[in-house]
Amino acid sequence: MREIVYYGRRYPLGVIGAIILIVFVLTAIFAGVVAPYDPLTTNARASLAAPSQTYWIGADMMGRDMLSRMIHGSRISLAVALGATCIGSGLGALLGLASGYLGGWFDLIVQRFAEIMQSLPLLVMALVITASLGPSLVNTIIAIAIPLIPNVARVIRANVLSLRELNYVEAARAVGMGQTRIALVHVFPNTLAPLIVLATAQLGSTILTEASLSFLGLGVPEPYPSWGRMLSESAAEYIRSAPWLVIFPGLAISLVVFGANLFGDALRDVLDPRQGD
Amino acid sequence: MLQYILRRLGLMVLTLFGVSVAIFLLLRIVPGNIADILFDSAGLIDPAEKQQIVADLGLDLPLVTQYAHWIAGLAHGDLGYSYVSEKPVLDEVLPRIPITARLAGLALLFAVCTGVPFGVVSAVRQNTWLDYGLRVMSLAALSMPSFWLGLLVLMAFVNWFGLLPIYDKAPATWGAAILMYGVPAATVGFRSSALIMRLTRSSMLEVLRQDYVRTARSKGLSERAVTFIHALRNAVLPVITTIGIETAFLFGGLIVTETVFNIPGVARFLVEAIRWRDYPMVQNLVMFIAVVVVLVNLLVDLAYMFVDPRIRLRT
Amino acid sequence: MAAILEVSGLTTVFHTRGGIVRAVQDVSFSVEAGETLAIVGESGCGKTMTALSLMRLIPTPPGEITSGTVKLAGTDLLALDEASMRKMRGSQIAMIFQEPMTALNPLLTVGRQIAEMVSLHENVSRRTANARAVDMLHHVRIPAPERRAREYPHQMSGGMRQRAMIAMALACKPKVLIADEPTTALDVTIQAQVLDLIDDLRKELGTAVVLITHDLGVVAETADRMIVMYAGRKVEEGRTGELFADPCHPYLQGLLGSIPRFGGAEGARLREIPGTVPALSDLPRGCAFAPRCNAAVGTCRDAVPALRPKRSGHTAACWVN
Repeated sequence: MREIVYYGRRYPLGVIGAIILIVFVLTAIFAGVVAPYDPLTTNARASLAAPSQTYWIGADMMGRDMLSRMIHGSRISLAVALGATCIGSGLGALLGLASGYLGGWFDLIVQRFAEIMQSLPLLVMALVITASLGPSLVNTIIAIAIPLIPNVARVIRANVLSLRELNYVEAARAVGMGQTRIALVHVFPNTLAPLIVLATAQLGSTILTEASLSFLGLGVPEPYPSWGRMLSESAAEYIRSAPWLVIFPGLAISLVVFGANLFGDALRDVLDPRQGD
Repeated sequence: MLQYILRRLGLMVLTLFGVSVAIFLLLRIVPGNIADILFDSAGLIDPAEKQQIVADLGLDLPLVTQYAHWIAGLAHGDLGYSYVSEKPVLDEVLPRIPITARLAGLALLFAVCTGVPFGVVSAVRQNTWLDYGLRVMSLAALSMPSFWLGLLVLMAFVNWFGLLPIYDKAPATWGAAILMYGVPAATVGFRSSALIMRLTRSSMLEVLRQDYVRTARSKGLSERAVTFIHALRNAVLPVITTIGIETAFLFGGLIVTETVFNIPGVARFLVEAIRWRDYPMVQNLVMFIAVVVVLVNLLVDLAYMFVDPRIRLRT
Repeated sequence: MAAILEVSGLTTVFHTRGGIVRAVQDVSFSVEAGETLAIVGESGCGKTMTALSLMRLIPTPPGEITSGTVKLAGTDLLALDEASMRKMRGSQIAMIFQEPMTALNPLLTVGRQIAEMVSLHENVSRRTANARAVDMLHHVRIPAPERRAREYPHQMSGGMRQRAMIAMALACKPKVLIADEPTTALDVTIQAQVLDLIDDLRKELGTAVVLITHDLGVVAETADRMIVMYAGRKVEEGRTGELFADPCHPYLQGLLGSIPRFGGAEGARLREIPGTVPALSDLPRGCAFAPRCNAAVGTCRDAVPALRPKRSGHTAACWVN
């Protein structure tokens, strides 16, 4: 408890980021309770209603309450962000660990694969994967997770390589410690910190990628309320007549990503003091 | 030096080869044939006609043969035909490339011309309100979805200026041209600008700690001379490398921005091709993007070598 | 001969999160034109901070020169405004640093960096400045100076880089040259060459040299006078020969005593000074050396000893000796 207060005072921006993230997660979990209306029921009479007492942030072209849709949309964003980050970072870390530690031809093959994958922009690769797999929630998560793998693998591999040469690993080897034991006890725990920092940094970008995919109509499909897709349905046409359709979903995305970035930055400062100024 | 370039080009070809295989297979993982879609959308019911379409498009040949046809075609500049428009892929793609290129170039220019100065200011005035403000703003800029920024810009134009920066093949005036290219370019470059600003800042801070900066001061140089003649020169080196990485991100931004602003460029075309399941188009577009990314990275690495004498002159 | 550099009561502190660090406390000394004064002490004793204070190169957010005067040919450097001080740096008082590799800008040619010094303080054309740069490189005994001037720092050896630094520092013939551990990062054989070079140039140009070092051997070879610093204060001062022959302060005695000598009994233990240097943020109340001194008495722990003349031209800060 005391540690939290200590770190909190030193990194106020990180605290703000953490608070935003916590609100985000809680909203997602308790969406059903918090949201005033059902996000899916349409109501032709309320189409394009401006923000008012009944509809706090207004209604969309099908009369669905924007606030409820946004609240439920947080669930989708959370699911995709967590899913993609965990899968992508997890697989990437495993690959990086194995690649860095085992070396040899395994390492070479993995590196070539990583190079191939990194010659394509993130969004392009995600687009092609969703295109080939078909639009669905799970496919979106997979499509965003896969491009993350080479980035994470590369960083973890570099980390492992430098750790391997460290003196205390040499010392352990000299004393006769087995390879696996060295890997588990010495090398792995020291890759944890950069991995956490990396994963947190990816969180924001996964949310943005999902938003972009859904905006283009190739991400999370109906009926799931995705913030990104809410923006595409209302693009350009309703800018004049119903600006709340454009402002609020985008604001939600930006706020959550901002929180993730603030938190990630602070986390990096704490766990990796070399970066400090 | 020449050896290095040749080696890099060789690796480039290998990587691109890998990319071509990957994209080829990826598009054919899931059954759900283009033939089915064309068939259904044309309202045809006769299975024999469907067979005809399949045979016409060469979809009944083994995968390896199809791949070989494509690659062989690439070598001759024949990229196949679009499933949708039945015109040669090259004809569809070529006119769109300059548009996207102009946008990308302007976006990069915008990013560097705004990012570097702000980064320098932020570093030189470290820990002042200006520094904090710039850092928070850059983080906010990095948190905004590119397309949302585009939508907001459109909204601003509509509400405040009463006009839309619509794309026009032949802009009437210089002003219109600037608006048409400049606004989307700034939207795309906004994110990159924030990234470059942050990178310049941290790089400058690192450099300002170095011994040679202290030496420069000990000679009696003014703070401005120290910053610009000695520090900045060293600080921009990592920024140059980043431009290569940024190009990949730039494509993502181009895709959504071209969509928002309705610009008929190559990036938006990719999305359209994907929607229509136009395999030949998607394949070639993705290859094109990969080639551009890899080439830009090579050029950037060469530029870096050119700029840093420590690498240029290996004694 | 009048003293060209007179330092009086110089005090520099750093404001850190852990408290105030007193890097330099009430240090006074003077240097005459053409003389070499050595400032000796261990790492962390404040000698580099003293040097940086003379040049006013202390980073002023955490650091601050709180009191004292530094008179260079009569002008108090600490009282000048920044613009005037900049004019002094390089032209009247110059400095060379310990690590020549990192102290030179890797992206500019050596010649350009030297010429920069010249064009900064003298109103000459670029061509003249470049020619002067080549000339200086020749002066510091670098062969093929025209070619070397066009090279980058990483293309030179450590010793050559240090010479280039010396060339740069002396390009405008300053009255005082501060050399902060100029040979520490060099091979032993090169060390002698560089020290000889500094000495020769001193004689030729009449420059006063403040040589900062932790190596007593270097001091013995090159310095006319020396001062010993400990925990931010000056604890002894005098002619080199005399201090070596008859040290007063227990610290200097300990330092000299710990030098290994040839011909000693085999297996004899090296004599060391027990304990460690105190942290500059947490100094004891009295004499900073008292905890490690075997001659310490009660007064030593209560009050900081004042510098008193022990012999002619030889002062030390010690209650006992």
